[in-house]
Order: sequence, then C-alpha cells, then structure tokens
Amino acid sequence: MNKLKHALETKKFVVTAELAPADTSNPQAILDNVAVFKDTVDGINVTDASGAHVHMSSVAACAILARAGYTPIYQISCRDRNRIAIQGDVLGAAALGIENVLCLTGDGVQVGDHPEAKPVFDLDSITLLETLKTMRDKKTFLSGRELTQPPQLFLGGAANPFAPPYQFRAMRLAKKIQAGAQFIQTQYCFDIALFKRYMDQVRQMGLHEKVAILVGVGPLRSAKLANWMRENVPGVWIPDEIIQRLEQTPPKQQRQEGIKICTEIIEEVKAIDGVRGIHIMAYKQEDIVPDILKAVNLHPDQLLPQL
Amino acid sequence: MSVFRKLQDQPKLLERAYQWTHKTVRWARPILERIGYERVEPVFVVAEEISKKAIFNCQMCGQCTLHTTGMTCPMNCPKNLRNGPCGGVRHDGHCEVKPEMPCVWLQAWERSANMTIYADDIMIIQPPLDRRQEGKSAFINMVEAEKRGLPTQWQAIIEHDVEKHG
Repeated sequence: MNKLKHALETKKFVVTAELAPADTSNPQAILDNVAVFKDTVDGINVTDASGAHVHMSSVAACAILARAGYTPIYQISCRDRNRIAIQGDVLGAAALGIENVLCLTGDGVQVGDHPEAKPVFDLDSITLLETLKTMRDKKTFLSGRELTQPPQLFLGGAANPFAPPYQFRAMRLAKKIQAGAQFIQTQYCFDIALFKRYMDQVRQMGLHEKVAILVGVGPLRSAKLANWMRENVPGVWIPDEIIQRLEQTPPKQQRQEGIKICTEIIEEVKAIDGVRGIHIMAYKQEDIVPDILKAVNLHPDQLLPQL
Repeated sequence: MSVFRKLQDQPKLLERAYQWTHKTVRWARPILERIGYERVEPVFVVAEEISKKAIFNCQMCGQCTLHTTGMTCPMNCPKNLRNGPCGGVRHDGHCEVKPEMPCVWLQAWERSANMTIYADDIMIIQPPLDRRQEGKSAFINMVEAEKRGLPTQWQAIIEHDVEKHG
C-alpha cells in the first residue's frame, strides 16, 4: 500500500516535508537528518540536486529512507539526465521500494555550484510526467518497448502560482493533470492574496477535484535570509510586507517571528477550499518542523480521518 | 532584424501566414515528391532558416509547433521547454536563466490568448523532441511525418491541426 496515497484518501489534511540529502557517503547521516520527521509527516520529499548543487543522489537517499520505513517522495529534475537515464532510474527506484515521484523541470545550472555544466533538459516536467505514466499504465518505455513489470508509481508535479504569467498558471496545472499528476506541491507561499486568486481559478476549472494540492510553506530564518532568497532562489516570491515585518523585528527574535509568519500562513491556507495539505520546506531548520506542526494543530495525533 | 521580430506582436497575422504556408506545402506535396525531397529539402531549409530566424529566432529543431505556442518559438527558452513556463520566471516576467530576456513562455501564453484560429491549442501537450530532426525542414516533416518516423504525438498534433483548422 502506498502510504502517501492512502493519507490523501483518508486524511482531512496531509503534511509532507522536504529533506535535502547531505554531502556524505554515510547512510547513517541521512537517517539522522530525517529522524525529526519520524511519525510527524505523511511523506518526505528528497530533493534532486536542488538549486543545481550536488548532493547525494535523490534515488539513493530515497532508497535509504524506504528501507528504514519512511515514505520518500523521489524528486526528479530534467536538468541533469536524459530520457534514457531517467527511465532506468525510475525502474531501479521502484525496485528499491520507492513509489512516489515528483516530476520537476529543475533550476538552471547557473544558480548552482557547477555553472559550467551542460544543462540537459531532454524532457520537461510535463513530458516527464507523461513518460512515467506511460511506463506505469501502458507498460512500455517511451520508445514503445515493453516492460516485464511496470513500476507502481504515484505521480506528482510542482506548481508555482507566485510567478508570472499569473493568469495562465491554473491552465498549466490543468496540463500537468492531463499529463498524469495525481498530487501537486507548490512553491513557497508567502503571498496569500495571490494564492487565493489562483485557487479561485483552480476551483472554477474543477482542478482541485482531480488533483491533491499541497501548499508549500516554510519558516524564514531572518530578514537577511529572506532578502537573499527573494533575490537568488529561482521562483521564490516574498512580498515586501513580510520582509519589512522581519526587518522591524530585533535580529535575535527574527527566527521566532519567521516561525510565527509560517504558522499564520498555514492557518490561512488551511481555510482555503480545495487545499488538501501543506508541504513544509525548512532548509537547515528541519528540527523546528514538529513544533510548527504542533502550533497549527497538525500533529499526527490531531489529524482526524475524513468521514 | 528587429523589424521582423516585432512581427511577433502580431500573432493573428502570423497564425494566418502559418496556416497558409502549411496549406500550400500540403497542396504542393505531389509536386515536391516528383522533384524528390533530397533536392527540395536544402531549398526549404535555407528558406525556413532565413524567414523563421528573422521572425522567431528559430533554432531549426525541425518540429515546428508555433501555432500551438502563440507563434513564439519555444526553443528560445534556455531550458528548451516544450511545455512551459517553468516555475522560475522572475517577478518582472523575465527569464530565470537569462535575466535580460523576457520569458519566452510568458510571451507564448499572452500572444496565444490574442489569437483567433489556434488560441486553444496551447493546451495541447507537446511530446519530447526527436533530436535527430534538428536542422531539417519542419514543413517537409509536417507533410511526410509518418514516412519520416516523427514522434507519433507530434504527428497527431499536425493531423489535429489539419482536421480542425484546414
């Protein structure tokens, strides 16, 4: 049984969290980093060289998690591998007990630690979704060649309602659903007004009934970091009000204020019709995730099954 | 050059030009076949390279799909997205990879919304590119898609266009 799929079918509100694999060849280090998520979240995204920085491969880290009883979500970016490599990796991942895949286009190499590398982009997020759906449902590779045993996959995609062209973002979501997306995780939500407008459009098109939407959230550690993220992390939009609020807070209390902003945003998105959960990204602050979830009454004990 | 590029802000004019060209090539197909594609193709390649480069900054992928992308060439996207835009578009509407360039896919969606014949076709999912077609004539590929073994999904898009729009 796929635990993430099961959670989305039975729980009122689902929580996933992000883990960036460490720069290590030691599997225990991965398990130590993820321990904070034990019994607190329904799925753990393992990033695939996020921000175009090299880390332990997503597929290997996911396999370590799966073996330890976690529910990993294998992130695949199209930036570093072509269709031959990706399809082979997915078969291997399924053989290692990985069932959830998040299909991404990927940040450009220019933001990473190897900006001189060759960007691949043989597929894009939508053709990647279609490729994996083909492998699962038609039991063939993209070439049409048959698979002996297809991978049992639960497919996800990303959405960024916070990047232009805003008026067409819901239509692109519709394309992702058509391509095979069963769940969606959004980019960081710091702009509730913008997100509400997006969800209005999503509901109008009936898309929230076809796909489970999890809203990306996360605590901002400081005003300085918030400014840096806005300038340097592709696709992240932080409105001036939030930056100002952090800047007006004394430096020592900024971390606490960041957590407060995060919990406020979670409370607001919980109330939006069509939202099925949150995806919490607390890069290098994973230790505070359980406290944030408790503060917004999302600790697993309080998650009631939907009747 | 820039005068031709400005034509992209007239997507209605361009979609008509596209429709007319596609129709003409289909009509001329028996003639082209009789002359022999090996002789015709180099002429088409030069003509397409000059005209499409001037207007669209065409990258000669050989699998034109301009009518479904707001008469905007998606191969100008640094990530080569065939189904964009990505999530990295900057707040000012510019490209994540090339900050000085407006996002190609943002332009594609906006122009597409202004088109009359092919406006809805931007919702069609584009298949992955057949990288072997690079440098070949897209119009000959269109009329000989099956014979030349182009991706079946791309063939379906061209057939859909002919059936729906003539």
